[in-house]
Amino acid sequence: MDDLVYTIAFYILAAITIASAIGVVTKHNLVHSALLMALCFIGISGLYVLLQADFLAAVQILVYSGAVAILIVLGIMLTQRRSMENTNPNSGWPRGAAVVCALLFVVILIVIAATPWHYSSSMAAQDTPSVLARLLFTDYMVAFEAAAVLLLAAMMGAIVLAKGGEEK
Amino acid sequence: MISLVHYLTVAAILFIIGVYGVLTKRNIVTILMSIELMLNAVNINLVAFSRFIQPEVLTGQVFSIFTITVAASEVAVGLALLFRVYHDYDTVHIDKLNRMRW
Repeated sequence: MDDLVYTIAFYILAAITIASAIGVVTKHNLVHSALLMALCFIGISGLYVLLQADFLAAVQILVYSGAVAILIVLGIMLTQRRSMENTNPNSGWPRGAAVVCALLFVVILIVIAATPWHYSSSMAAQDTPSVLARLLFTDYMVAFEAAAVLLLAAMMGAIVLAKGGEEK
Repeated sequence: MISLVHYLTVAAILFIIGVYGVLTKRNIVTILMSIELMLNAVNINLVAFSRFIQPEVLTGQVFSIFTITVAASEVAVGLALLFRVYHDYDTVHIDKLNRMRW
């Protein structure tokens, strides 16, 4: 019974994620694309819940469907003066791109099918935030600090870039 | 029963959609969105590996936290660059941004 519910939930969330991702690259209105992208991120956070990564699911909603989606919508609002109709055109070569993507997809599927996976049967870690916190502040301390410096540099760089330098 | 292969397939589809968006779309904002889709596909892969192959140590989840951090800074810097380009050239259509010299 639990298996059945899990399977149904997986397929529903996967369908939401993939359908909205297809919408992102096929809609001709930028705002629709951005909103579908937020929906896609919510679907992905549902997949994280199914994978028992509850902390990551919360972070996904906060950072992606919150911050990144809002940033992208701001970017759209500040760069489109006229109406939103047809602001998201395709190039003149979508068929070639589709062929390239299909080939890449087939290669990835072959690799997935050919790899011998060693499944572990042990239970997933409960209470992931505390385990993650312990990992972040012991084994991955240096990477954590580097990520902090990266974020600071990126924010300052973004401010400087968007504001513009002293141009005479 | 849903296994690792299912999650990897979903992530592969998501990644391919992102690649298709980068190859066909001509608005910089959509290309940024497609890049976000690809980064999310990679995150799904990492979390799925963490869940099915080493469920007790959560290394994959730590990796995806770092990926999310880098993706957030990438989108911030990318949008700042977008504002500069729009300010200087008055367009965000990449076919019109084809000058070699600034």
